[in-house]
Amino acid sequence: MQTTEPRPLTAVVANAPLDGVAAAHALVSVRALDAYFGAQRAVRDVSVDFPEGQVTAIIGPSGCGKSTLLRCLNRMHETIAGARTEGEVLLDGKDIYARDVNPIAVRRRIGMVFQRPTPFPTMSIRDNVVAGFRAAGRAAPSRAEQDEIAEWALRRSALWDEVKDRLRDSAMALSGGQQQRLCIARALATRPRMLLLDEPTASLDPQSTQKVEELVYELRGDVTIVIVTHNMQQAARVSDRTAFMLLGELVEVAPTSRLFTAPADARTEAYITGRFG
Amino acid sequence: MSLHAPRRSVRARRARSAAMIALTIVAALLATLPLVFILALLLRQGASSLSLAFFTAMPKPVGETGGGMANAMAGTVMLIAIASSIGLPVGIGAGMYLAEHRGGRLASIVRFLSDVLNGLPSIVVGIFAWQFLVRPVHRFSALAGGIALAVMMIPLVTRTTEEMIRLVPDSLREAALALGYPRWRTSLTVVLRTALPGIVTGALVAVARIAGETAPLLFTAFGNQFWSTSLAQPISALPLQIFSYAISPYDEWHALAWAGALVLLALVLVISLIAKFATRSRFGRAND
Repeated sequence: MQTTEPRPLTAVVANAPLDGVAAAHALVSVRALDAYFGAQRAVRDVSVDFPEGQVTAIIGPSGCGKSTLLRCLNRMHETIAGARTEGEVLLDGKDIYARDVNPIAVRRRIGMVFQRPTPFPTMSIRDNVVAGFRAAGRAAPSRAEQDEIAEWALRRSALWDEVKDRLRDSAMALSGGQQQRLCIARALATRPRMLLLDEPTASLDPQSTQKVEELVYELRGDVTIVIVTHNMQQAARVSDRTAFMLLGELVEVAPTSRLFTAPADARTEAYITGRFG
Repeated sequence: MSLHAPRRSVRARRARSAAMIALTIVAALLATLPLVFILALLLRQGASSLSLAFFTAMPKPVGETGGGMANAMAGTVMLIAIASSIGLPVGIGAGMYLAEHRGGRLASIVRFLSDVLNGLPSIVVGIFAWQFLVRPVHRFSALAGGIALAVMMIPLVTRTTEEMIRLVPDSLREAALALGYPRWRTSLTVVLRTALPGIVTGALVAVARIAGETAPLLFTAFGNQFWSTSLAQPISALPLQIFSYAISPYDEWHALAWAGALVLLALVLVISLIAKFATRSRFGRAND
Protein backbone atom coordinates (compact mmCIF):
# COMPACT_ATOMS: atom_id res chain seq x y z
CA MET A 1 0.00 0.00 0.00
CA GLN A 2 1.11 3.48 -0.70
CA THR A 3 1.36 6.19 1.84
CA THR A 4 -1.93 8.05 2.03
CA GLU A 5 -0.57 11.15 3.67
CA PRO A 6 -1.72 14.19 1.73
CA ARG A 7 1.01 15.79 -0.30
CA PRO A 8 1.41 19.48 0.54
CA LEU A 9 0.62 21.70 -2.41
CA THR A 10 3.92 23.62 -2.21
CA ALA A 11 5.97 20.44 -2.23
CA VAL A 12 4.28 19.28 -5.43
CA VAL A 13 4.73 22.58 -7.17
CA ALA A 14 8.37 22.67 -6.15
CA ASN A 15 8.67 19.14 -7.48
CA ALA A 16 7.27 20.07 -10.85
CA PRO A 17 9.80 20.56 -13.63
CA LEU A 18 10.77 24.12 -14.32
CA ASP A 19 10.43 25.97 -17.60
CA GLY A 20 13.53 24.41 -19.09
CA VAL A 21 11.97 20.94 -19.08
CA ALA A 22 8.86 22.26 -20.80
CA ALA A 23 10.91 22.36 -23.96
CA ALA A 24 10.75 18.55 -24.02
CA HIS A 25 9.68 16.89 -27.27
CA ALA A 26 5.98 17.40 -27.91
CA LEU A 27 4.29 14.00 -28.23
CA VAL A 28 1.06 15.56 -29.39
CA SER A 29 0.71 18.96 -31.03
CA VAL A 30 -2.63 20.57 -31.69
CA ARG A 31 -2.63 23.03 -34.61
CA ALA A 32 -5.46 25.50 -35.25
CA LEU A 33 -8.12 23.09 -34.05
CA ASP A 34 -11.82 23.89 -34.28
CA ALA A 35 -14.43 21.48 -32.96
CA TYR A 36 -18.12 21.70 -33.77
CA PHE A 37 -21.39 20.24 -32.55
CA GLY A 38 -23.51 20.85 -35.62
CA ALA A 39 -23.22 24.60 -36.17
CA GLN A 40 -22.02 25.32 -32.65
CA ARG A 41 -18.25 25.87 -32.40
CA ALA A 42 -17.13 24.46 -29.04
CA VAL A 43 -13.36 24.71 -29.54
CA ARG A 44 -11.98 27.79 -31.33
CA ASP A 45 -8.62 27.86 -33.09
CA VAL A 46 -6.66 26.05 -30.38
CA SER A 47 -2.95 25.36 -30.78
CA VAL A 48 -1.06 23.67 -27.97
CA ASP A 49 1.78 21.18 -27.41
CA PHE A 50 1.68 18.28 -24.98
CA PRO A 51 5.29 17.46 -24.03
CA GLU A 52 6.21 13.81 -23.77
CA GLY A 53 6.14 12.28 -20.29
CA GLN A 54 4.51 15.29 -18.68
CA VAL A 55 1.13 15.85 -17.09
CA THR A 56 -0.84 18.70 -18.61
CA ALA A 57 -4.00 19.89 -16.86
CA ILE A 58 -6.78 21.70 -18.71
CA ILE A 59 -8.84 23.97 -16.47
CA GLY A 60 -11.67 26.38 -17.13
CA PRO A 61 -15.30 27.02 -16.24
CA SER A 62 -18.09 24.59 -17.22
CA GLY A 63 -18.83 24.61 -20.94
CA CYS A 64 -15.49 26.19 -21.91
CA GLY A 65 -14.71 23.32 -24.29
CA LYS A 66 -12.04 21.57 -22.21
CA SER A 67 -13.65 18.11 -22.45
CA THR A 68 -14.33 18.62 -26.15
CA LEU A 69 -10.69 19.51 -26.77
CA LEU A 70 -9.68 16.36 -24.87
CA ARG A 71 -12.05 14.22 -26.94
CA CYS A 72 -10.52 15.60 -30.13
CA LEU A 73 -7.14 14.19 -29.11
CA ASN A 74 -8.19 10.56 -29.65
CA ARG A 75 -10.97 11.15 -32.17
CA MET A 76 -13.76 10.40 -29.70
CA HIS A 77 -15.40 13.75 -30.51
CA GLU A 78 -16.52 12.48 -33.92
CA THR A 79 -18.44 9.54 -32.38
CA ILE A 80 -21.20 11.98 -31.42
CA ALA A 81 -23.78 12.55 -34.16
CA GLY A 82 -23.24 15.90 -35.90
CA ALA A 83 -19.81 16.48 -34.37
CA ARG A 84 -16.78 17.35 -36.51
CA THR A 85 -13.37 18.99 -36.33
CA GLU A 86 -11.11 21.21 -38.44
CA GLY A 87 -7.38 21.64 -38.02
CA GLU A 88 -4.65 19.19 -37.11
CA VAL A 89 -3.70 17.01 -34.17
CA LEU A 90 -0.16 15.69 -34.67
CA LEU A 91 0.95 12.52 -32.89
CA ASP A 92 4.72 12.21 -33.39
CA GLY A 93 4.38 14.66 -36.24
CA LYS A 94 1.63 12.71 -38.06
CA ASP A 95 -1.87 14.17 -38.30
CA ILE A 96 -4.35 11.77 -36.67
CA TYR A 97 -7.11 13.32 -38.80
CA ALA A 98 -5.32 12.48 -42.05
CA ARG A 99 -7.37 10.45 -44.52
CA ASP A 100 -5.31 7.27 -44.21
CA VAL A 101 -5.43 7.17 -40.39
CA ASN A 102 -7.80 4.71 -38.74
CA PRO A 103 -9.44 6.24 -35.63
CA ILE A 104 -9.33 2.83 -33.95
CA ALA A 105 -5.54 2.77 -34.22
CA VAL A 106 -5.43 6.30 -32.77
CA ARG A 107 -7.54 5.27 -29.77
CA ARG A 108 -5.28 2.30 -29.10
CA ARG A 109 -2.33 4.68 -28.79
CA ILE A 110 -4.19 7.37 -26.86
CA GLY A 111 -6.31 5.92 -24.06
CA MET A 112 -9.13 7.65 -22.24
CA VAL A 113 -10.80 7.51 -18.83
CA PHE A 114 -14.15 9.18 -18.22
CA GLN A 115 -15.81 11.13 -15.46
CA ARG A 116 -17.86 8.17 -14.25
CA PRO A 117 -16.18 4.76 -13.92
CA THR A 118 -17.19 2.51 -16.82
CA PRO A 119 -16.21 -1.08 -16.00
CA PHE A 120 -17.85 -3.63 -18.31
CA PRO A 121 -20.50 -5.26 -16.11
CA THR A 122 -20.38 -8.68 -17.78
CA MET A 123 -16.64 -9.08 -17.30
CA SER A 124 -14.55 -10.03 -14.28
CA ILE A 125 -11.95 -7.65 -12.86
CA ARG A 126 -9.20 -9.41 -14.78
CA ASP A 127 -11.16 -9.54 -18.05
CA ASN A 128 -11.90 -5.83 -17.74
CA VAL A 129 -8.21 -5.01 -17.46
CA VAL A 130 -7.26 -7.02 -20.54
CA ALA A 131 -10.34 -6.09 -22.62
CA GLY A 132 -8.58 -3.46 -24.73
CA PHE A 133 -5.34 -5.45 -24.85
CA ARG A 134 -7.22 -8.46 -26.21
CA ALA A 135 -8.94 -6.39 -28.87
CA ALA A 136 -5.71 -4.77 -30.02
CA GLY A 137 -3.74 -7.69 -31.43
CA ARG A 138 -4.42 -9.64 -34.57
CA ALA A 139 -3.98 -13.00 -32.83
CA ALA A 140 -5.54 -13.56 -29.42
CA PRO A 141 -2.87 -13.28 -26.71
CA SER A 142 -2.29 -16.40 -24.61
CA ARG A 143 -3.84 -16.79 -21.18
CA ALA A 144 -0.45 -16.40 -19.51
CA GLU A 145 0.26 -13.24 -21.51
CA GLN A 146 -3.10 -11.83 -20.45
CA ASP A 147 -2.49 -12.68 -16.78
CA GLU A 148 0.88 -11.03 -16.97
CA ILE A 149 -0.38 -7.82 -18.53
CA ALA A 150 -3.34 -7.75 -16.08
CA GLU A 151 -0.99 -7.96 -13.09
CA TRP A 152 1.35 -5.37 -14.58
CA ALA A 153 -1.49 -2.91 -15.28
CA LEU A 154 -3.13 -3.46 -11.89
CA ARG A 155 0.18 -2.92 -10.09
CA ARG A 156 0.82 0.17 -12.19
CA SER A 157 -2.55 1.59 -11.17
CA ALA A 158 -2.00 0.72 -7.48
CA LEU A 159 -4.97 -1.66 -7.42
CA TRP A 160 -3.19 -5.03 -7.36
CA ASP A 161 -3.05 -5.46 -3.58
CA GLU A 162 -6.75 -4.71 -3.26
CA VAL A 163 -7.99 -7.11 -5.96
CA LYS A 164 -5.36 -9.83 -6.40
CA ASP A 165 -7.48 -12.36 -4.48
CA ARG A 166 -10.66 -11.70 -6.43
CA LEU A 167 -9.63 -11.25 -10.04
CA ARG A 168 -12.51 -13.51 -11.15
CA ASP A 169 -15.18 -11.44 -9.37
CA SER A 170 -17.42 -8.93 -11.06
CA ALA A 171 -15.89 -5.52 -11.54
CA MET A 172 -19.20 -4.10 -10.32
CA ALA A 173 -18.42 -5.32 -6.79
CA LEU A 174 -15.60 -2.76 -6.50
CA SER A 175 -16.06 0.67 -4.94
CA GLY A 176 -16.34 3.73 -7.20
CA GLY A 177 -12.72 4.72 -6.61
CA GLN A 178 -11.50 1.19 -7.28
CA GLN A 179 -13.61 1.05 -10.45
CA GLN A 180 -12.01 4.27 -11.65
CA ARG A 181 -8.50 2.92 -11.03
CA LEU A 182 -9.59 -0.27 -12.81
CA CYS A 183 -10.52 1.86 -15.83
CA ILE A 184 -7.07 3.47 -15.69
CA ALA A 185 -5.52 -0.03 -15.53
CA ARG A 186 -7.65 -1.08 -18.51
CA ALA A 187 -6.41 1.92 -20.49
CA LEU A 188 -2.78 1.28 -19.45
CA ALA A 189 -2.96 -2.38 -20.49
CA THR A 190 -3.00 -1.37 -24.16
CA ARG A 191 0.33 0.40 -23.52
CA PRO A 192 -0.84 3.79 -24.79
CA ARG A 193 1.54 6.65 -25.54
CA MET A 194 -0.88 9.09 -23.98
CA LEU A 195 -3.65 8.92 -21.39
CA LEU A 196 -6.60 11.32 -21.44
CA LEU A 197 -8.43 11.77 -18.15
CA ASP A 198 -11.77 13.57 -18.37
CA GLU A 199 -12.51 14.82 -14.84
CA PRO A 200 -11.55 11.40 -13.47
CA THR A 201 -12.31 12.27 -9.85
CA ALA A 202 -15.52 14.25 -10.31
CA SER A 203 -17.67 11.36 -9.04
CA LEU A 204 -15.30 10.16 -6.32
CA ASP A 205 -14.98 10.81 -2.59
CA PRO A 206 -11.91 12.71 -1.26
CA GLN A 207 -9.95 9.59 -0.34
CA SER A 208 -10.47 7.92 -3.71
CA THR A 209 -9.67 11.23 -5.37
CA GLN A 210 -6.37 11.34 -3.55
CA LYS A 211 -5.49 7.82 -4.71
CA VAL A 212 -6.22 8.68 -8.33
CA GLU A 213 -4.16 11.85 -8.03
CA GLU A 214 -1.24 9.93 -6.56
CA LEU A 215 -1.56 7.49 -9.42
CA VAL A 216 -1.41 10.29 -12.00
CA TYR A 217 1.66 11.60 -10.24
CA GLU A 218 3.24 8.12 -10.31
CA LEU A 219 2.56 7.61 -14.01
CA ARG A 220 4.18 10.83 -15.22
CA GLY A 221 7.42 10.19 -16.99
CA ASP A 222 6.16 6.88 -18.41
CA VAL A 223 2.94 8.08 -19.95
CA THR A 224 2.03 11.48 -21.29
CA ILE A 225 -1.13 12.56 -19.49
CA VAL A 226 -3.73 15.21 -20.20
CA ILE A 227 -6.21 15.71 -17.37
CA VAL A 228 -9.32 17.85 -17.57
CA THR A 229 -10.45 19.17 -14.22
CA HIS A 230 -12.63 21.91 -12.83
CA ASN A 231 -10.67 21.70 -9.61
CA MET A 232 -7.75 24.13 -9.65
CA GLN A 233 -6.15 22.59 -6.56
CA GLN A 234 -6.10 19.29 -8.39
CA ALA A 235 -4.43 20.84 -11.42
CA ALA A 236 -1.83 22.40 -9.13
CA ARG A 237 -1.25 19.11 -7.33
CA VAL A 238 -0.80 16.76 -10.26
CA SER A 239 0.31 18.66 -13.35
CA ASP A 240 3.55 19.94 -14.83
CA ARG A 241 1.79 22.32 -17.18
CA THR A 242 -1.66 23.86 -17.04
CA ALA A 243 -3.80 25.19 -19.86
CA PHE A 244 -6.63 27.61 -19.16
CA MET A 245 -9.61 27.65 -21.51
CA LEU A 246 -12.48 30.11 -21.74
CA LEU A 247 -15.43 30.13 -24.15
CA GLY A 248 -13.76 27.58 -26.44
CA GLU A 249 -10.48 29.46 -26.66
CA LEU A 250 -7.15 28.50 -25.15
CA VAL A 251 -6.28 31.59 -23.12
CA GLU A 252 -2.94 30.55 -21.73
CA VAL A 253 -0.73 27.50 -21.27
CA ALA A 254 2.28 27.59 -18.97
CA PRO A 255 4.20 25.55 -16.40
CA THR A 256 1.74 24.96 -13.59
CA SER A 257 3.70 26.86 -10.93
CA ARG A 258 3.93 29.91 -13.17
CA LEU A 259 0.31 29.83 -14.34
CA PHE A 260 -0.91 29.84 -10.75
CA THR A 261 1.59 32.36 -9.40
CA ALA A 262 2.18 34.72 -12.29
CA PRO A 263 -0.47 34.31 -15.00
CA ALA A 264 0.25 36.29 -18.15
CA ASP A 265 -3.38 36.94 -19.08
CA ALA A 266 -5.79 39.01 -17.03
CA ARG A 267 -8.59 36.48 -17.66
CA THR A 268 -6.48 33.66 -16.23
CA GLU A 269 -5.78 35.72 -13.14
CA ALA A 270 -9.46 36.54 -12.73
CA TYR A 271 -10.34 32.82 -12.94
CA ILE A 272 -7.67 31.45 -10.62
CA THR A 273 -8.37 34.09 -8.01
CA GLY A 274 -12.01 33.01 -8.07
CA ARG A 275 -13.58 36.08 -9.61
CA PHE A 276 -15.71 33.92 -11.93
CA GLY A 277 -16.30 30.28 -12.86
CA MET B 1 -53.79 27.09 12.91
CA SER B 2 -52.70 23.91 14.59
CA LEU B 3 -50.25 21.49 12.99
CA HIS B 4 -52.12 18.63 14.62
CA ALA B 5 -55.18 17.54 12.71
CA PRO B 6 -58.20 16.59 14.79
CA ARG B 7 -57.93 13.06 16.13
CA ARG B 8 -61.06 11.90 14.34
CA SER B 9 -59.72 12.87 10.90
CA VAL B 10 -56.48 10.93 11.54
CA ARG B 11 -58.52 7.86 12.44
CA ALA B 12 -60.66 8.25 9.31
CA ARG B 13 -57.57 8.56 7.12
CA ARG B 14 -56.04 5.47 8.68
CA ALA B 15 -59.24 3.55 8.00
CA ARG B 16 -59.37 4.70 4.38
CA SER B 17 -55.71 3.73 3.94
CA ALA B 18 -56.32 0.27 5.38
CA ALA B 19 -59.36 -0.21 3.15
CA MET B 20 -57.43 0.73 0.00
CA ILE B 21 -54.53 -1.55 0.93
CA ALA B 22 -57.01 -4.40 1.46
CA LEU B 23 -58.59 -3.72 -1.95
CA THR B 24 -55.26 -3.83 -3.76
CA ILE B 25 -54.37 -7.09 -1.98
CA VAL B 26 -57.68 -8.59 -3.13
CA ALA B 27 -56.99 -7.40 -6.70
CA ALA B 28 -53.50 -8.94 -6.60
CA LEU B 29 -54.94 -12.26 -5.42
CA LEU B 30 -57.69 -12.16 -8.09
CA ALA B 31 -55.02 -11.62 -10.74
CA THR B 32 -53.26 -14.87 -9.86
CA LEU B 33 -56.39 -16.85 -8.96
CA PRO B 34 -57.15 -18.02 -12.55
CA LEU B 35 -53.76 -19.72 -12.83
CA VAL B 36 -54.31 -21.52 -9.52
CA PHE B 37 -57.76 -22.71 -10.63
CA ILE B 38 -56.53 -23.80 -14.06
CA LEU B 39 -53.65 -25.70 -12.52
CA ALA B 40 -55.96 -27.41 -10.00
CA LEU B 41 -58.51 -28.29 -12.67
CA LEU B 42 -55.91 -29.70 -15.07
CA LEU B 43 -54.27 -31.72 -12.32
CA ARG B 44 -57.63 -33.19 -11.26
CA GLN B 45 -58.86 -33.97 -14.77
CA GLY B 46 -55.61 -34.73 -16.54
CA ALA B 47 -53.21 -36.26 -14.05
CA SER B 48 -54.98 -39.66 -14.08
CA SER B 49 -54.44 -40.03 -17.84
CA LEU B 50 -50.75 -39.19 -17.58
CA SER B 51 -48.54 -42.23 -17.84
CA LEU B 52 -45.34 -43.16 -19.58
CA ALA B 53 -47.43 -44.32 -22.53
CA PHE B 54 -48.91 -40.85 -22.87
CA PHE B 55 -45.44 -39.53 -23.73
CA THR B 56 -44.26 -42.51 -25.81
CA ALA B 57 -47.31 -44.01 -27.50
CA MET B 58 -49.12 -42.92 -30.67
CA PRO B 59 -52.82 -42.03 -30.67
CA LYS B 60 -55.14 -45.04 -30.82
CA PRO B 61 -58.31 -45.25 -32.90
CA VAL B 62 -61.66 -44.67 -31.22
CA GLY B 63 -62.78 -47.57 -29.04
CA GLU B 64 -59.31 -48.74 -28.14
CA THR B 65 -58.17 -47.56 -24.71
CA GLY B 66 -54.78 -46.07 -23.96
CA GLY B 67 -52.64 -44.35 -26.50
CA GLY B 68 -50.64 -41.19 -26.13
CA MET B 69 -49.58 -37.98 -27.78
CA ALA B 70 -45.97 -38.78 -28.71
CA ASN B 71 -46.47 -37.44 -32.23
CA ALA B 72 -48.08 -34.22 -30.99
CA MET B 73 -45.26 -33.56 -28.57
CA ALA B 74 -42.61 -34.23 -31.19
CA GLY B 75 -44.57 -31.96 -33.55
CA THR B 76 -44.70 -29.13 -31.01
CA VAL B 77 -40.95 -29.41 -30.42
CA MET B 78 -40.34 -29.34 -34.15
CA LEU B 79 -42.63 -26.38 -34.77
CA ILE B 80 -40.94 -24.45 -31.95
CA ALA B 81 -37.55 -25.28 -33.46
CA ILE B 82 -38.59 -24.04 -36.93
CA ALA B 83 -40.19 -20.89 -35.52
CA SER B 84 -37.18 -20.13 -33.28
CA SER B 85 -34.58 -20.69 -35.99
CA ILE B 86 -36.37 -18.08 -38.13
CA GLY B 87 -37.90 -15.81 -35.49
CA LEU B 88 -34.96 -15.40 -33.10
CA PRO B 89 -32.27 -14.27 -35.59
CA VAL B 90 -34.69 -11.95 -37.41
CA GLY B 91 -36.17 -10.57 -34.20
CA ILE B 92 -32.83 -10.03 -32.44
CA GLY B 93 -31.29 -8.51 -35.56
CA ALA B 94 -34.24 -6.16 -36.04
CA GLY B 95 -34.11 -5.22 -32.34
CA MET B 96 -30.40 -4.39 -32.63
CA TYR B 97 -31.11 -2.22 -35.65
CA LEU B 98 -33.90 -0.35 -33.85
CA ALA B 99 -31.73 0.22 -30.78
CA GLU B 100 -28.68 1.44 -32.71
CA HIS B 101 -30.64 3.73 -35.04
CA ARG B 102 -33.30 4.84 -32.61
CA GLY B 103 -33.98 8.22 -34.21
CA GLY B 104 -33.95 7.09 -37.84
CA ARG B 105 -36.95 7.28 -40.15
CA LEU B 106 -36.80 3.61 -41.13
CA ALA B 107 -36.42 2.66 -37.46
CA SER B 108 -39.61 4.48 -36.44
CA ILE B 109 -41.53 2.88 -39.33
CA VAL B 110 -40.25 -0.60 -38.42
CA ARG B 111 -41.04 0.01 -34.75
CA PHE B 112 -44.62 1.03 -35.55
CA LEU B 113 -45.21 -1.88 -37.93
CA SER B 114 -43.79 -4.33 -35.44
CA ASP B 115 -46.23 -3.05 -32.81
CA VAL B 116 -49.09 -3.51 -35.27
CA LEU B 117 -47.91 -7.02 -36.08
CA ASN B 118 -47.71 -7.75 -32.37
CA GLY B 119 -51.37 -6.86 -31.98
CA LEU B 120 -52.50 -8.84 -35.02
CA PRO B 121 -54.99 -11.63 -34.16
CA SER B 122 -53.23 -14.98 -34.47
CA ILE B 123 -55.94 -16.37 -36.77
CA VAL B 124 -55.03 -13.65 -39.29
CA VAL B 125 -51.41 -14.78 -39.19
CA GLY B 126 -52.68 -18.32 -39.89
CA ILE B 127 -54.69 -17.14 -42.91
CA PHE B 128 -51.65 -15.23 -44.18
CA ALA B 129 -49.45 -18.33 -43.95
CA TRP B 130 -52.14 -20.46 -45.59
CA GLN B 131 -52.47 -18.04 -48.49
CA PHE B 132 -48.75 -17.90 -49.25
CA LEU B 133 -47.36 -21.22 -48.06
CA VAL B 134 -50.20 -23.76 -48.22
CA ARG B 135 -52.41 -22.71 -51.10
CA PRO B 136 -49.71 -22.49 -53.81
CA VAL B 137 -48.42 -26.01 -53.06
CA HIS B 138 -51.83 -27.54 -52.20
CA ARG B 139 -50.49 -29.11 -49.04
CA PHE B 140 -50.48 -28.37 -45.32
CA SER B 141 -46.96 -28.56 -43.92
CA ALA B 142 -44.85 -28.31 -40.78
CA LEU B 143 -42.83 -25.59 -42.50
CA ALA B 144 -45.93 -23.43 -43.04
CA GLY B 145 -46.88 -23.89 -39.36
CA GLY B 146 -43.38 -23.02 -38.18
CA ILE B 147 -43.27 -19.90 -40.33
CA ALA B 148 -46.69 -18.80 -39.06
CA LEU B 149 -45.39 -19.15 -35.50
CA ALA B 150 -42.19 -17.28 -36.43
CA VAL B 151 -44.33 -14.36 -37.66
CA MET B 152 -45.99 -14.30 -34.23
CA MET B 153 -42.59 -14.39 -32.56
CA ILE B 154 -40.66 -11.74 -34.50
CA PRO B 155 -42.36 -8.59 -33.16
CA LEU B 156 -42.15 -9.87 -29.58
CA VAL B 157 -38.44 -10.62 -29.85
CA THR B 158 -37.75 -7.39 -31.76
CA ARG B 159 -39.26 -5.13 -29.13
CA THR B 160 -37.75 -6.89 -26.09
CA THR B 161 -34.31 -6.94 -27.75
CA GLU B 162 -34.59 -3.23 -28.52
CA GLU B 163 -35.66 -2.40 -24.96
CA MET B 164 -32.86 -4.46 -23.44
CA ILE B 165 -30.17 -2.93 -25.65
CA ARG B 166 -31.43 0.57 -24.89
CA LEU B 167 -31.01 -0.14 -21.18
CA VAL B 168 -27.24 -0.48 -21.72
CA PRO B 169 -25.76 2.91 -20.79
CA ASP B 170 -24.08 4.92 -23.58
CA SER B 171 -21.07 5.37 -21.32
CA LEU B 172 -20.20 1.67 -21.81
CA ARG B 173 -20.35 2.09 -25.58
CA GLU B 174 -18.05 5.12 -25.31
CA ALA B 175 -15.63 3.30 -23.01
CA ALA B 176 -15.32 0.44 -25.49
CA LEU B 177 -14.77 2.80 -28.44
CA ALA B 178 -12.14 4.72 -26.45
CA LEU B 179 -10.30 1.44 -25.82
CA GLY B 180 -9.91 1.04 -29.57
CA TYR B 181 -12.82 -1.36 -30.11
CA PRO B 182 -14.23 -1.27 -33.63
CA ARG B 183 -17.95 -0.52 -33.76
CA TRP B 184 -18.96 -4.14 -34.52
CA ARG B 185 -16.92 -5.41 -31.59
CA THR B 186 -18.45 -2.79 -29.31
CA SER B 187 -21.94 -3.88 -30.35
CA LEU B 188 -21.26 -7.59 -29.94
CA THR B 189 -18.92 -7.96 -26.97
CA VAL B 190 -20.01 -5.03 -24.84
CA VAL B 191 -23.52 -3.88 -25.72
CA LEU B 192 -25.08 -7.20 -26.76
CA ARG B 193 -23.33 -9.11 -24.00
CA THR B 194 -24.49 -6.69 -21.35
CA ALA B 195 -28.06 -6.94 -22.67
CA LEU B 196 -27.89 -10.72 -23.20
CA PRO B 197 -29.72 -11.94 -20.06
CA GLY B 198 -32.67 -9.71 -20.92
CA ILE B 199 -32.65 -10.78 -24.56
CA VAL B 200 -32.59 -14.47 -23.57
CA THR B 201 -35.52 -13.87 -21.25
CA GLY B 202 -37.42 -12.11 -24.02
CA ALA B 203 -36.70 -14.98 -26.42
CA LEU B 204 -37.90 -17.59 -23.92
CA VAL B 205 -41.06 -15.63 -23.18
CA ALA B 206 -41.72 -15.52 -26.93
CA VAL B 207 -41.16 -19.30 -27.18
CA ALA B 208 -43.53 -19.90 -24.26
CA ARG B 209 -46.08 -17.66 -25.93
CA ILE B 210 -46.06 -19.49 -29.28
CA ALA B 211 -45.84 -22.99 -27.75
CA GLY B 212 -49.54 -22.87 -26.96
CA GLU B 213 -50.73 -21.06 -30.10
CA THR B 214 -53.49 -22.95 -31.93
CA ALA B 215 -55.04 -20.57 -34.43
CA PRO B 216 -51.97 -20.04 -36.65
CA LEU B 217 -51.61 -23.83 -36.93
CA LEU B 218 -55.22 -24.68 -37.83
CA PHE B 219 -54.74 -24.34 -41.56
CA THR B 220 -50.96 -24.52 -41.81
CA ALA B 221 -49.58 -27.46 -39.78
CA PHE B 222 -53.15 -28.83 -39.74
CA GLY B 223 -52.52 -31.83 -37.48
CA ASN B 224 -51.65 -35.42 -38.18
CA GLN B 225 -52.74 -38.70 -36.55
CA PHE B 226 -49.46 -40.33 -37.54
CA TRP B 227 -45.81 -39.86 -36.73
CA SER B 228 -44.18 -37.31 -39.02
CA THR B 229 -40.97 -35.33 -38.93
CA SER B 230 -41.14 -34.12 -42.51
CA LEU B 231 -41.09 -30.37 -43.13
CA ALA B 232 -43.33 -30.83 -46.15
CA GLN B 233 -46.04 -32.93 -44.47
CA PRO B 234 -48.82 -31.91 -42.12
CA ILE B 235 -47.68 -32.28 -38.53
CA SER B 236 -49.42 -32.68 -35.21
CA ALA B 237 -48.98 -30.30 -32.30
CA LEU B 238 -50.16 -30.39 -28.69
CA PRO B 239 -52.65 -27.52 -29.00
CA LEU B 240 -54.10 -29.01 -32.22
CA GLN B 241 -54.42 -32.46 -30.68
CA ILE B 242 -56.03 -31.02 -27.56
CA PHE B 243 -58.50 -29.14 -29.74
CA SER B 244 -59.50 -32.11 -31.86
CA TYR B 245 -59.81 -34.43 -28.85
CA ALA B 246 -61.76 -31.88 -26.84
CA ILE B 247 -64.43 -31.41 -29.53
CA SER B 248 -64.78 -35.17 -30.05
CA PRO B 249 -67.71 -37.02 -28.44
CA TYR B 250 -65.56 -39.71 -26.72
CA ASP B 251 -64.78 -39.73 -23.00
CA GLU B 252 -61.35 -41.37 -23.39
CA TRP B 253 -60.33 -38.62 -25.81
CA HIS B 254 -61.59 -35.95 -23.43
CA ALA B 255 -59.37 -37.40 -20.71
CA LEU B 256 -56.39 -37.35 -23.09
CA ALA B 257 -57.15 -33.72 -24.00
CA TRP B 258 -57.02 -32.80 -20.29
CA ALA B 259 -53.69 -34.58 -19.94
CA GLY B 260 -52.37 -32.82 -23.05
CA ALA B 261 -53.42 -29.47 -21.65
CA LEU B 262 -51.61 -30.28 -18.41
CA VAL B 263 -48.42 -31.15 -20.32
CA LEU B 264 -48.67 -27.94 -22.36
CA LEU B 265 -49.09 -25.84 -19.23
CA ALA B 266 -46.14 -27.62 -17.61
CA LEU B 267 -44.03 -26.89 -20.70
CA VAL B 268 -44.89 -23.17 -20.57
CA LEU B 269 -44.20 -23.08 -16.81
CA VAL B 270 -40.80 -24.71 -17.27
CA ILE B 271 -39.84 -22.27 -20.04
CA SER B 272 -40.95 -19.34 -17.84
CA LEU B 273 -38.86 -20.65 -14.95
CA ILE B 274 -35.81 -21.01 -17.19
CA ALA B 275 -36.41 -17.44 -18.37
CA LYS B 276 -36.46 -16.29 -14.76
CA PHE B 277 -33.15 -17.97 -13.97
CA ALA B 278 -31.52 -16.85 -17.21
CA THR B 279 -31.62 -13.24 -15.98
CA ARG B 280 -29.29 -14.07 -13.11
CA SER B 281 -25.80 -12.94 -13.99
CA ARG B 282 -22.82 -15.22 -13.67
CA PHE B 283 -21.66 -13.05 -10.79
CA GLY B 284 -24.68 -13.81 -8.58
CA ARG B 285 -26.75 -10.86 -7.52
CA ALA B 286 -24.07 -8.20 -7.95
CA ASN B 287 -25.64 -6.79 -11.12
CA ASP B 288 -29.27 -6.76 -10.05
